[in-house]
Amino acid sequence: MCWQTWTDKKFTKNMLTEKEKQEIHEETKLYPYPGAACIDALKIVQNHRGWISDEAIEEIAAELDMSVEEVDSVATFYTRIYRKEVGRNVILVCDSISCMIMGYESVYKHISEKLSIHFGETTTDGRFTLLPITCLGDCDHAPALMINDDLHNNLSINSIDEILEKYQ
Amino acid sequence: METPLTEHIKQNKSPLGLIEYENAGGYRGMHKALKEMSPSDIISLIKSSNLMGRGGAGFPTGLKWSLVPKETSGSGLKYLIANADEMEPGTFKDRYLLEGNPHQLIAGMIIAAYAIQAQKAYIFIRWAYKKAEVIIQKAISEAYEAGYLGKNILGTGYDLDIYIHSSAGRYICGEETALINSLEGKRGIPRAKPPFPATSGLFGQPTVVNNVETLCWIPHIIEKGAEWFTKLSNTSEGGTKIYGVSGRVKKPGLWELPMGTTLREIIEEHAGGMQDGYKLRGIIPGGASTDFLTETHMDIKMDFASVRKAESRLGTGTMIILDDKTCPVAFIHNMIKFFAVESCGWCTPCREGLPWVQKILESFEEGTAKPDDIGILEFQTKYMGPGNTFCAHAPGAMEPLQSGLKYFCEDFIKHINEKHCPWR
Repeated sequence: MCWQTWTDKKFTKNMLTEKEKQEIHEETKLYPYPGAACIDALKIVQNHRGWISDEAIEEIAAELDMSVEEVDSVATFYTRIYRKEVGRNVILVCDSISCMIMGYESVYKHISEKLSIHFGETTTDGRFTLLPITCLGDCDHAPALMINDDLHNNLSINSIDEILEKYQ
Repeated sequence: METPLTEHIKQNKSPLGLIEYENAGGYRGMHKALKEMSPSDIISLIKSSNLMGRGGAGFPTGLKWSLVPKETSGSGLKYLIANADEMEPGTFKDRYLLEGNPHQLIAGMIIAAYAIQAQKAYIFIRWAYKKAEVIIQKAISEAYEAGYLGKNILGTGYDLDIYIHSSAGRYICGEETALINSLEGKRGIPRAKPPFPATSGLFGQPTVVNNVETLCWIPHIIEKGAEWFTKLSNTSEGGTKIYGVSGRVKKPGLWELPMGTTLREIIEEHAGGMQDGYKLRGIIPGGASTDFLTETHMDIKMDFASVRKAESRLGTGTMIILDDKTCPVAFIHNMIKFFAVESCGWCTPCREGLPWVQKILESFEEGTAKPDDIGILEFQTKYMGPGNTFCAHAPGAMEPLQSGLKYFCEDFIKHINEKHCPWR
Protein backbone atom coordinates (compact mmCIF):
# COMPACT_ATOMS: atom_id res chain seq x y z
CA MET A 1 0.00 0.00 0.00
CA CYS A 2 1.46 3.34 -1.00
CA TRP A 3 2.14 6.08 1.49
CA GLN A 4 -0.53 8.34 0.00
CA THR A 5 -3.22 5.75 0.63
CA TRP A 6 -2.18 5.41 4.26
CA THR A 7 -2.23 9.17 4.78
CA ASP A 8 -5.64 9.42 3.11
CA LYS A 9 -6.95 6.81 5.51
CA LYS A 10 -5.57 8.73 8.45
CA PHE A 11 -7.94 11.58 7.81
CA THR A 12 -10.99 9.61 6.73
CA LYS A 13 -11.44 7.56 9.88
CA ASN A 14 -12.08 8.77 13.35
CA MET A 15 -12.06 5.83 15.65
CA LEU A 16 -10.15 6.85 18.76
CA THR A 17 -12.28 8.50 21.42
CA GLU A 18 -11.36 11.83 22.97
CA LYS A 19 -10.59 9.96 26.19
CA GLU A 20 -8.12 7.66 24.44
CA LYS A 21 -6.48 10.61 22.69
CA GLN A 22 -6.26 12.48 25.97
CA GLU A 23 -4.63 9.51 27.73
CA ILE A 24 -2.12 9.13 24.89
CA HIS A 25 -1.38 12.85 25.02
CA GLU A 26 -0.65 12.60 28.76
CA GLU A 27 1.92 9.86 28.11
CA THR A 28 3.69 11.79 25.35
CA LYS A 29 4.42 14.57 27.87
CA LEU A 30 6.81 12.21 29.70
CA TYR A 31 9.14 11.80 26.71
CA PRO A 32 11.28 14.07 24.49
CA TYR A 33 9.24 13.16 21.36
CA PRO A 34 5.73 11.69 20.88
CA GLY A 35 6.82 8.41 19.23
CA ALA A 36 8.56 7.34 22.44
CA ALA A 37 5.07 6.82 23.91
CA CYS A 38 4.21 4.26 21.20
CA ILE A 39 4.01 1.22 23.51
CA ASP A 40 2.03 3.22 26.09
CA ALA A 41 -0.38 4.34 23.37
CA LEU A 42 -0.91 0.78 22.15
CA LYS A 43 -1.58 -0.32 25.72
CA ILE A 44 -4.07 2.51 26.26
CA VAL A 45 -6.07 1.62 23.16
CA GLN A 46 -5.92 -2.08 23.96
CA ASN A 47 -7.12 -1.32 27.45
CA HIS A 48 -10.24 0.34 26.02
CA ARG A 49 -10.88 -2.05 23.13
CA GLY A 50 -9.32 -5.38 24.11
CA TRP A 51 -7.08 -5.55 21.02
CA ILE A 52 -5.35 -3.47 18.35
CA SER A 53 -7.02 -3.35 14.92
CA ASP A 54 -5.47 -2.03 11.69
CA GLU A 55 -7.56 1.11 12.09
CA ALA A 56 -6.21 1.62 15.60
CA ILE A 57 -2.65 1.31 14.29
CA GLU A 58 -3.33 4.01 11.69
CA GLU A 59 -4.83 6.42 14.17
CA ILE A 60 -2.13 5.88 16.79
CA ALA A 61 0.43 6.60 14.05
CA ALA A 62 -1.32 9.88 13.30
CA GLU A 63 -1.45 10.82 16.99
CA LEU A 64 2.26 10.12 17.49
CA ASP A 65 3.52 11.52 14.21
CA MET A 66 4.86 8.12 13.18
CA SER A 67 4.43 6.03 10.03
CA VAL A 68 1.83 3.27 10.13
CA GLU A 69 4.51 0.66 9.39
CA GLU A 70 6.60 1.85 12.31
CA VAL A 71 3.70 1.54 14.78
CA ASP A 72 2.78 -1.88 13.39
CA SER A 73 6.40 -3.06 13.72
CA VAL A 74 6.25 -2.16 17.41
CA ALA A 75 2.77 -3.64 17.93
CA THR A 76 3.73 -6.98 16.38
CA PHE A 77 6.99 -7.23 18.34
CA TYR A 78 5.48 -7.29 21.81
CA THR A 79 3.63 -10.35 23.05
CA ARG A 80 1.20 -8.45 25.23
CA ILE A 81 -0.15 -6.37 22.37
CA TYR A 82 -2.92 -8.32 20.66
CA ARG A 83 -3.25 -7.78 16.91
CA LYS A 84 -6.23 -10.17 16.80
CA GLU A 85 -9.46 -10.02 18.74
CA VAL A 86 -9.30 -11.90 22.05
CA GLY A 87 -11.98 -13.19 24.41
CA ARG A 88 -13.36 -11.32 27.44
CA ASN A 89 -10.81 -13.16 29.59
CA VAL A 90 -7.32 -14.19 28.57
CA ILE A 91 -5.79 -17.27 30.21
CA LEU A 92 -1.98 -17.25 30.11
CA VAL A 93 -0.56 -20.66 31.03
CA CYS A 94 3.14 -20.63 31.96
CA ASP A 95 4.93 -23.25 29.85
CA SER A 96 8.48 -22.54 31.03
CA ILE A 97 10.83 -24.98 32.66
CA SER A 98 9.86 -24.93 36.36
CA CYS A 99 6.18 -25.22 35.47
CA MET A 100 6.99 -28.03 33.05
CA ILE A 101 8.74 -30.01 35.81
CA MET A 102 5.76 -29.43 38.11
CA GLY A 103 3.22 -30.50 35.48
CA TYR A 104 1.80 -27.55 33.54
CA GLU A 105 0.98 -29.97 30.70
CA SER A 106 -1.80 -31.67 32.67
CA VAL A 107 -3.13 -28.25 33.69
CA TYR A 108 -3.16 -27.13 30.06
CA LYS A 109 -4.77 -30.37 28.90
CA HIS A 110 -7.54 -30.02 31.47
CA ILE A 111 -8.31 -26.41 30.50
CA SER A 112 -8.07 -27.21 26.81
CA GLU A 113 -10.52 -30.11 27.09
CA LYS A 114 -12.91 -28.25 29.36
CA LEU A 115 -13.11 -25.21 27.09
CA SER A 116 -12.60 -27.10 23.80
CA ILE A 117 -9.84 -24.76 22.65
CA HIS A 118 -6.09 -25.04 22.11
CA PHE A 119 -3.34 -22.44 22.57
CA GLY A 120 -4.06 -19.45 20.35
CA GLU A 121 -7.82 -20.02 20.22
CA THR A 122 -10.91 -18.33 21.66
CA THR A 123 -14.09 -20.07 22.87
CA THR A 124 -17.08 -19.65 20.55
CA ASP A 125 -18.92 -17.63 23.21
CA GLY A 126 -15.97 -15.22 23.40
CA ARG A 127 -15.49 -15.90 27.11
CA PHE A 128 -11.88 -17.17 27.07
CA THR A 129 -8.75 -16.96 24.95
CA LEU A 130 -6.03 -19.49 25.82
CA LEU A 131 -2.37 -18.52 25.33
CA PRO A 132 1.01 -19.83 26.48
CA ILE A 133 3.21 -17.45 28.45
CA THR A 134 6.88 -17.52 29.38
CA CYS A 135 8.05 -17.77 32.99
CA LEU A 136 5.82 -15.75 35.34
CA GLY A 137 8.49 -15.53 38.06
CA ASP A 138 6.47 -17.64 40.50
CA CYS A 139 8.60 -20.78 40.10
CA ASP A 140 8.47 -21.80 43.77
CA HIS A 141 4.68 -22.07 43.45
CA ALA A 142 4.60 -23.82 40.08
CA PRO A 143 2.56 -24.56 38.07
CA ALA A 144 1.23 -21.03 37.63
CA LEU A 145 -1.04 -19.14 35.25
CA MET A 146 -2.53 -15.69 34.89
CA ILE A 147 -6.09 -14.84 33.99
CA ASN A 148 -6.33 -11.19 32.97
CA ASP A 149 -4.37 -9.39 35.73
CA ASP A 150 -4.65 -12.15 38.35
CA LEU A 151 -1.94 -14.67 39.19
CA HIS A 152 -2.99 -18.19 40.21
CA ASN A 153 -0.40 -20.68 41.44
CA ASN A 154 0.18 -24.10 43.03
CA LEU A 155 -2.35 -25.30 40.47
CA SER A 156 -3.82 -28.76 40.35
CA ILE A 157 -6.50 -30.16 38.08
CA ASN A 158 -8.90 -30.03 41.04
CA SER A 159 -8.41 -26.31 41.64
CA ILE A 160 -8.80 -25.09 38.05
CA ASP A 161 -12.56 -25.39 37.56
CA GLU A 162 -13.25 -23.20 40.55
CA ILE A 163 -10.79 -20.58 39.32
CA LEU A 164 -12.34 -20.48 35.83
CA GLU A 165 -15.81 -19.97 37.34
CA LYS A 166 -14.73 -16.55 38.62
CA TYR A 167 -14.31 -15.28 35.07
CA GLN A 168 -17.51 -14.90 33.05
CA MET B 1 23.69 -14.11 60.22
CA GLU B 2 22.64 -10.75 58.78
CA THR B 3 20.04 -10.55 56.01
CA PRO B 4 19.98 -6.86 55.11
CA LEU B 5 17.96 -7.19 51.90
CA THR B 6 15.12 -9.28 53.25
CA GLU B 7 14.95 -8.64 57.00
CA HIS B 8 11.89 -6.40 56.64
CA ILE B 9 10.03 -8.71 54.28
CA LYS B 10 7.33 -10.72 56.04
CA GLN B 11 5.39 -13.46 54.30
CA ASN B 12 1.73 -12.63 53.61
CA LYS B 13 2.07 -9.13 55.07
CA SER B 14 1.97 -5.78 53.30
CA PRO B 15 5.37 -4.16 52.82
CA LEU B 16 6.46 -1.43 55.22
CA GLY B 17 5.23 2.08 54.41
CA LEU B 18 7.73 4.95 54.34
CA ILE B 19 7.35 5.96 57.98
CA GLU B 20 7.46 2.37 59.24
CA TYR B 21 10.53 1.71 57.12
CA GLU B 22 12.26 4.81 58.46
CA ASN B 23 11.44 3.76 62.04
CA ALA B 24 13.08 0.43 61.25
CA GLY B 25 16.23 2.20 60.07
CA GLY B 26 15.39 2.66 56.39
CA TYR B 27 16.54 5.66 54.32
CA ARG B 28 19.52 6.31 56.63
CA GLY B 29 21.91 5.51 53.79
CA MET B 30 20.10 8.00 51.55
CA HIS B 31 20.36 10.81 54.12
CA LYS B 32 24.05 10.09 54.60
CA ALA B 33 24.76 9.94 50.86
CA LEU B 34 22.99 13.14 49.91
CA LYS B 35 24.04 15.23 52.91
CA GLU B 36 27.54 14.03 53.71
CA MET B 37 28.96 12.57 50.52
CA SER B 38 29.88 13.83 47.06
CA PRO B 39 28.91 11.77 43.99
CA SER B 40 32.54 10.70 43.55
CA ASP B 41 32.75 9.63 47.24
CA ILE B 42 29.77 7.35 46.64
CA ILE B 43 31.24 5.83 43.48
CA SER B 44 34.56 5.21 45.28
CA LEU B 45 32.80 3.51 48.17
CA ILE B 46 30.75 1.23 45.90
CA LYS B 47 33.90 0.42 43.92
CA SER B 48 35.80 -0.52 47.07
CA SER B 49 32.92 -2.75 48.20
CA ASN B 50 33.35 -4.72 44.94
CA LEU B 51 29.55 -5.06 44.59
CA MET B 52 28.91 -7.10 41.45
CA GLY B 53 25.69 -6.75 39.45
CA ARG B 54 23.03 -9.20 40.59
CA GLY B 55 21.16 -9.38 37.26
CA GLY B 56 23.29 -12.27 36.05
CA ALA B 57 26.43 -10.89 34.43
CA GLY B 58 28.17 -9.83 37.65
CA PHE B 59 29.68 -6.62 36.26
CA PRO B 60 31.19 -4.40 39.00
CA THR B 61 28.59 -1.75 39.85
CA GLY B 62 31.01 1.00 40.92
CA LEU B 63 32.96 0.63 37.68
CA LYS B 64 29.74 0.87 35.65
CA TRP B 65 28.84 4.13 37.38
CA SER B 66 32.35 5.56 36.96
CA LEU B 67 32.05 5.26 33.16
CA VAL B 68 29.34 7.95 33.10
CA PRO B 69 30.90 11.25 31.99
CA LYS B 70 30.65 14.14 34.46
CA GLU B 71 29.79 16.69 31.79
CA THR B 72 27.04 15.94 29.29
CA SER B 73 26.07 17.40 25.95
CA GLY B 74 22.74 17.10 24.12
CA SER B 75 19.75 17.62 26.42
CA GLY B 76 22.14 17.59 29.38
CA LEU B 77 20.08 14.83 31.00
CA LYS B 78 21.39 11.59 32.47
CA TYR B 79 19.24 8.59 33.28
CA LEU B 80 19.15 5.75 35.77
CA ILE B 81 17.08 2.67 34.98
CA ALA B 82 16.14 -0.07 37.42
CA ASN B 83 15.87 -3.29 35.46
CA ALA B 84 12.83 -5.04 36.95
CA ASP B 85 12.02 -6.96 33.76
CA GLU B 86 12.62 -10.32 35.44
CA MET B 87 11.81 -13.02 32.90
CA GLU B 88 14.65 -15.54 32.97
CA PRO B 89 12.92 -18.93 33.35
CA GLY B 90 13.33 -20.20 36.89
CA THR B 91 14.05 -16.74 38.32
CA PHE B 92 11.78 -15.10 40.87
CA LYS B 93 14.02 -13.10 43.20
CA ASP B 94 13.33 -9.54 42.02
CA ARG B 95 9.58 -10.04 42.38
CA TYR B 96 10.22 -10.82 46.07
CA LEU B 97 12.21 -7.60 46.59
CA LEU B 98 9.76 -5.44 44.61
CA GLU B 99 6.69 -6.72 46.43
CA GLY B 100 8.38 -7.08 49.79
CA ASN B 101 10.31 -3.83 50.31
CA PRO B 102 9.70 -1.11 47.68
CA HIS B 103 11.31 1.68 49.73
CA GLN B 104 14.62 -0.18 49.85
CA LEU B 105 14.72 -0.03 46.04
CA ILE B 106 13.67 3.63 45.92
CA ALA B 107 16.34 4.61 48.46
CA GLY B 108 18.91 2.72 46.38
CA MET B 109 17.76 4.43 43.20
CA ILE B 110 17.97 7.92 44.76
CA ILE B 111 21.56 7.29 45.86
CA ALA B 112 22.56 5.70 42.54
CA ALA B 113 20.96 8.53 40.55
CA TYR B 114 22.70 11.13 42.75
CA ALA B 115 26.05 9.35 42.28
CA ILE B 116 25.83 9.61 38.49
CA GLN B 117 23.93 12.93 38.70
CA ALA B 118 20.88 11.61 36.84
CA GLN B 119 17.81 13.81 36.87
CA LYS B 120 15.37 11.14 35.75
CA ALA B 121 15.01 7.49 36.68
CA TYR B 122 12.78 4.74 35.35
CA ILE B 123 11.70 1.44 36.83
CA PHE B 124 11.28 -0.86 33.84
CA ILE B 125 8.97 -3.47 35.33
CA ARG B 126 7.63 -6.63 33.81
CA TRP B 127 3.94 -6.30 32.80
CA ALA B 128 3.09 -9.53 34.66
CA TYR B 129 4.23 -8.08 37.99
CA LYS B 130 0.93 -6.29 38.58
CA LYS B 131 1.00 -6.51 42.37
CA ALA B 132 4.59 -5.22 42.47
CA GLU B 133 3.68 -2.30 40.19
CA VAL B 134 0.88 -1.15 42.52
CA ILE B 135 3.16 -1.46 45.56
CA ILE B 136 6.02 0.46 43.91
CA GLN B 137 3.69 3.22 42.66
CA LYS B 138 2.38 3.74 46.19
CA ALA B 139 5.91 3.86 47.58
CA ILE B 140 6.98 6.42 44.96
CA SER B 141 4.04 8.65 45.94
CA GLU B 142 5.07 8.40 49.60
CA ALA B 143 8.66 9.31 48.69
CA TYR B 144 7.45 12.42 46.83
CA GLU B 145 5.32 13.45 49.82
CA ALA B 146 8.30 13.07 52.13
CA GLY B 147 10.42 15.25 49.85
CA TYR B 148 12.77 12.39 48.91
CA LEU B 149 11.82 12.77 45.25
CA GLY B 150 11.07 15.85 43.18
CA LYS B 151 12.81 19.21 43.46
CA ASN B 152 15.57 20.14 45.90
CA ILE B 153 15.74 16.79 47.72
CA LEU B 154 16.65 17.25 51.44
CA GLY B 155 17.54 20.86 50.68
CA THR B 156 20.59 19.78 48.66
CA GLY B 157 19.48 21.38 45.39
CA TYR B 158 19.40 17.94 43.78
CA ASP B 159 16.30 17.10 41.67
CA LEU B 160 15.09 13.61 40.76
CA ASP B 161 11.91 12.13 39.29
CA ILE B 162 11.18 8.39 39.18
CA TYR B 163 8.73 6.94 36.66
CA ILE B 164 7.42 3.40 36.25
CA HIS B 165 7.36 1.87 32.78
CA SER B 166 5.40 -1.37 32.57
CA SER B 167 6.76 -3.58 29.79
CA ALA B 168 4.77 -5.18 26.97
CA GLY B 169 6.48 -8.58 27.05
CA ARG B 170 9.60 -10.09 25.41
CA TYR B 171 12.52 -11.57 27.35
CA ILE B 172 15.09 -9.67 25.27
CA CYS B 173 14.03 -6.41 26.94
CA GLY B 174 16.05 -7.51 29.96
CA GLU B 175 19.19 -6.92 27.85
CA GLU B 176 20.12 -3.35 28.73
CA THR B 177 20.31 -1.87 25.23
CA ALA B 178 17.11 -3.65 24.12
CA LEU B 179 15.49 -2.31 27.28
CA ILE B 180 16.57 1.20 26.32
CA ASN B 181 15.10 0.81 22.82
CA SER B 182 11.87 -0.44 24.36
CA LEU B 183 11.74 2.52 26.74
CA GLU B 184 12.08 4.77 23.68
CA GLY B 185 8.91 3.15 22.29
CA LYS B 186 10.73 1.01 19.72
CA ARG B 187 11.09 -2.70 19.04
CA GLY B 188 13.19 -4.23 21.81
CA ILE B 189 16.27 -5.04 19.76
CA PRO B 190 19.79 -4.86 21.24
CA ARG B 191 22.06 -2.04 20.09
CA ALA B 192 25.63 -2.30 18.84
CA LYS B 193 28.22 -1.56 21.53
CA PRO B 194 30.18 0.72 21.69
CA PRO B 195 28.90 3.27 22.39
CA PHE B 196 27.94 1.81 25.74
CA PRO B 197 24.85 3.15 27.55
CA ALA B 198 27.11 4.92 30.07
CA THR B 199 28.00 7.42 27.33
CA SER B 200 25.04 7.08 24.94
CA GLY B 201 21.96 5.34 26.28
CA LEU B 202 18.34 6.42 26.67
CA PHE B 203 17.51 9.15 24.12
CA GLY B 204 21.25 9.30 23.34
CA GLN B 205 22.13 10.47 26.85
CA PRO B 206 24.38 8.82 29.48
CA THR B 207 22.44 6.01 31.15
CA VAL B 208 23.05 3.39 33.82
CA VAL B 209 20.94 0.24 33.95
CA ASN B 210 21.12 -1.72 37.22
CA ASN B 211 19.28 -4.81 38.40
CA VAL B 212 16.78 -4.48 41.29
CA GLU B 213 18.80 -6.62 43.72
CA THR B 214 21.93 -4.58 42.93
CA LEU B 215 20.18 -1.27 43.65
CA CYS B 216 18.72 -2.61 46.89
CA TRP B 217 22.28 -3.08 48.18
CA ILE B 218 23.29 0.56 47.75
CA PRO B 219 21.70 2.14 50.87
CA HIS B 220 23.12 -0.61 53.09
CA ILE B 221 26.67 -0.26 51.77
CA ILE B 222 26.52 3.54 52.14
CA GLU B 223 25.28 3.24 55.72
CA LYS B 224 27.52 0.43 56.96
CA GLY B 225 30.57 0.55 54.71
CA ALA B 226 32.51 -1.58 52.28
CA GLU B 227 34.24 -3.66 54.94
CA TRP B 228 30.93 -4.67 56.53
CA PHE B 229 29.65 -5.68 53.08
CA THR B 230 32.72 -7.79 52.34
CA LYS B 231 32.47 -9.61 55.68
CA LEU B 232 28.88 -10.74 55.03
CA SER B 233 30.22 -13.17 52.44
CA ASN B 234 31.85 -16.60 52.69
CA THR B 235 34.22 -15.70 49.85
CA SER B 236 36.12 -12.71 48.44
CA GLU B 237 32.94 -11.59 46.62
CA GLY B 238 31.09 -9.49 49.14
CA GLY B 239 27.57 -9.42 50.46
CA THR B 240 24.76 -11.88 50.69
CA LYS B 241 22.92 -13.35 47.71
CA ILE B 242 19.29 -14.20 47.27
CA TYR B 243 19.35 -17.84 46.22
CA GLY B 244 16.29 -19.70 45.03
CA VAL B 245 15.36 -23.26 44.17
CA SER B 246 12.46 -24.59 42.10
CA GLY B 247 11.62 -28.07 40.87
CA ARG B 248 10.98 -31.32 42.77
CA VAL B 249 12.49 -30.29 46.10
CA LYS B 250 10.63 -30.48 49.42
CA LYS B 251 10.59 -26.72 50.08
CA PRO B 252 11.02 -24.61 46.92
CA GLY B 253 11.65 -20.95 47.72
CA LEU B 254 14.12 -18.10 48.21
CA TRP B 255 16.71 -17.49 50.94
CA GLU B 256 19.13 -14.65 51.55
CA LEU B 257 22.43 -16.33 52.45
CA PRO B 258 26.09 -15.34 52.55
CA MET B 259 27.57 -15.08 49.05
CA GLY B 260 29.42 -18.33 48.41
CA THR B 261 27.07 -20.63 50.36
CA THR B 262 27.58 -24.15 49.00
CA LEU B 263 25.19 -25.73 46.55
CA ARG B 264 24.75 -28.59 49.02
CA GLU B 265 23.63 -26.30 51.85
CA ILE B 266 21.19 -24.46 49.58
CA ILE B 267 19.59 -27.58 48.14
CA GLU B 268 19.74 -30.01 51.05
CA GLU B 269 19.27 -27.69 53.99
CA HIS B 270 17.24 -24.72 52.80
CA ALA B 271 15.25 -26.38 50.01
CA GLY B 272 14.83 -29.51 52.18
CA GLY B 273 16.39 -31.90 49.66
CA MET B 274 14.58 -33.81 46.96
CA GLN B 275 10.94 -34.85 47.29
CA ASP B 276 10.46 -38.52 48.24
CA GLY B 277 10.80 -40.73 45.20
CA TYR B 278 12.85 -38.23 43.19
CA LYS B 279 16.60 -38.20 42.66
CA LEU B 280 18.69 -35.19 41.69
CA ARG B 281 20.32 -35.41 38.26
CA GLY B 282 21.29 -31.85 37.39
CA ILE B 283 21.14 -28.25 38.49
CA ILE B 284 20.71 -25.16 36.34
CA PRO B 285 22.37 -22.72 38.75
CA GLY B 286 21.14 -19.30 37.73
CA GLY B 287 18.32 -19.20 35.21
CA ALA B 288 17.80 -20.97 31.87
CA SER B 289 20.88 -19.46 30.21
CA THR B 290 23.43 -21.13 32.49
CA ASP B 291 25.28 -24.46 32.08
CA PHE B 292 24.21 -27.55 34.03
CA LEU B 293 25.96 -28.52 37.22
CA THR B 294 25.65 -32.08 38.59
CA GLU B 295 25.84 -33.90 41.91
CA THR B 296 29.67 -33.83 41.70
CA HIS B 297 29.49 -30.03 42.08
CA MET B 298 27.53 -30.00 45.33
CA ASP B 299 30.41 -28.63 47.40
CA ILE B 300 31.23 -25.63 45.24
CA LYS B 301 30.70 -22.22 46.74
CA MET B 302 28.02 -20.37 44.85
CA ASP B 303 29.74 -17.13 43.86
CA PHE B 304 30.64 -15.77 40.44
CA ALA B 305 34.26 -17.03 40.37
CA SER B 306 33.66 -20.52 41.79
CA VAL B 307 30.73 -21.32 39.51
CA ARG B 308 32.79 -20.08 36.54
CA LYS B 309 35.52 -22.57 37.53
CA ALA B 310 32.91 -25.33 37.32
CA GLU B 311 32.26 -24.16 33.70
CA SER B 312 28.90 -22.59 34.44
CA ARG B 313 27.68 -19.20 35.64
CA LEU B 314 26.10 -18.00 38.90
CA GLY B 315 23.64 -16.01 36.76
CA THR B 316 20.68 -14.93 38.86
CA GLY B 317 21.39 -17.50 41.61
CA THR B 318 17.92 -19.01 41.31
CA MET B 319 18.29 -22.69 40.50
CA ILE B 320 16.18 -25.20 38.63
CA ILE B 321 16.52 -28.83 39.61
CA LEU B 322 16.42 -31.64 37.05
CA ASP B 323 15.12 -34.82 38.69
CA ASP B 324 15.29 -38.44 37.49
CA LYS B 325 11.61 -38.56 36.51
CA THR B 326 11.98 -35.64 34.08
CA CYS B 327 13.54 -36.34 30.69
CA PRO B 328 16.74 -34.28 30.30
CA VAL B 329 16.13 -33.88 26.56
CA ALA B 330 12.59 -32.60 27.21
CA PHE B 331 14.01 -30.30 29.90
CA ILE B 332 16.53 -28.79 27.45
CA HIS B 333 13.94 -28.72 24.66
CA ASN B 334 11.62 -26.65 26.84
CA MET B 335 14.33 -24.05 27.47
CA ILE B 336 15.48 -23.94 23.83
CA LYS B 337 11.87 -23.44 22.73
CA PHE B 338 11.69 -20.49 25.10
CA PHE B 339 14.83 -18.95 23.60
CA ALA B 340 13.64 -19.59 20.03
CA VAL B 341 10.30 -17.91 20.73
CA GLU B 342 11.97 -14.99 22.49
CA SER B 343 14.70 -14.35 19.89
CA CYS B 344 14.22 -10.78 18.67
CA GLY B 345 15.02 -11.89 15.12
CA TRP B 346 17.63 -9.22 14.49
CA CYS B 347 20.66 -11.43 13.72
CA THR B 348 20.57 -14.54 11.55
CA PRO B 349 22.37 -17.15 13.71
CA CYS B 350 19.90 -16.62 16.55
CA ARG B 351 16.75 -16.19 14.47
CA GLU B 352 17.40 -19.26 12.28
CA GLY B 353 19.64 -21.35 14.53
CA LEU B 354 17.42 -21.55 17.60
CA PRO B 355 14.32 -22.86 15.78
CA TRP B 356 16.58 -25.37 13.98
CA VAL B 357 17.91 -26.67 17.30
CA GLN B 358 14.37 -26.72 18.67
CA LYS B 359 13.18 -28.89 15.77
CA ILE B 360 16.05 -31.34 16.26
CA LEU B 361 15.31 -31.65 19.97
CA GLU B 362 11.66 -32.18 19.13
CA SER B 363 12.67 -35.04 16.84
CA PHE B 364 14.49 -36.66 19.79
CA GLU B 365 11.31 -36.45 21.81
CA GLU B 366 9.28 -37.90 18.94
CA GLY B 367 11.75 -40.72 18.37
CA THR B 368 12.75 -39.68 14.85
CA ALA B 369 16.24 -38.31 15.64
CA LYS B 370 19.24 -39.75 13.77
CA PRO B 371 22.77 -40.39 15.12
CA ASP B 372 24.12 -37.41 13.11
CA ASP B 373 21.78 -35.08 14.97
CA ILE B 374 23.99 -35.09 18.07
CA GLY B 375 26.83 -33.76 15.90
CA ILE B 376 24.57 -31.06 14.48
CA LEU B 377 23.58 -30.01 17.99
CA GLU B 378 27.25 -29.86 19.01
CA PHE B 379 28.06 -27.77 15.95
CA GLN B 380 25.23 -25.39 16.78
CA THR B 381 26.54 -24.80 20.30
CA LYS B 382 29.72 -23.39 18.68
CA TYR B 383 27.98 -21.67 15.77
CA MET B 384 25.71 -19.76 18.16
CA GLY B 385 28.44 -19.36 20.76
CA PRO B 386 29.99 -16.09 21.93
CA GLY B 387 31.29 -13.85 19.13
CA ASN B 388 28.98 -15.07 16.39
CA THR B 389 25.80 -13.30 17.39
CA PHE B 390 24.73 -9.70 17.99
CA CYS B 391 23.99 -10.15 21.71
CA ALA B 392 24.22 -12.78 24.45
CA HIS B 393 20.77 -14.31 23.81
CA ALA B 394 21.79 -17.27 21.61
CA PRO B 395 25.09 -17.97 23.44
CA GLY B 396 23.04 -18.07 26.66
CA ALA B 397 20.61 -20.53 25.09
CA MET B 398 23.51 -22.76 24.08
CA GLU B 399 24.86 -23.05 27.63
CA PRO B 400 22.37 -25.65 28.94
CA LEU B 401 22.52 -27.47 25.59
CA GLN B 402 26.31 -27.82 25.45
CA SER B 403 26.55 -28.97 29.08
CA GLY B 404 23.46 -31.14 28.66
CA LEU B 405 25.14 -32.94 25.74
CA LYS B 406 28.16 -33.46 27.97
CA TYR B 407 26.39 -34.75 31.09
CA PHE B 408 23.35 -36.49 29.56
CA CYS B 409 24.81 -37.82 26.30
CA GLU B 410 23.62 -41.36 27.09
CA ASP B 411 20.07 -40.12 27.39
CA PHE B 412 20.27 -38.45 23.97
CA ILE B 413 21.59 -41.72 22.48
CA LYS B 414 18.82 -43.72 24.19
CA HIS B 415 16.20 -41.58 22.42
CA ILE B 416 17.81 -42.44 19.07
CA ASN B 417 18.25 -46.15 19.73
CA GLU B 418 14.84 -46.75 21.31
CA LYS B 419 13.07 -44.48 18.79
CA HIS B 420 10.98 -42.86 21.51
CA CYS B 421 11.38 -40.86 24.71
CA PRO B 422 12.15 -43.38 27.51
CA TRP B 423 10.34 -41.09 29.98
CA ARG B 424 7.00 -41.29 28.21
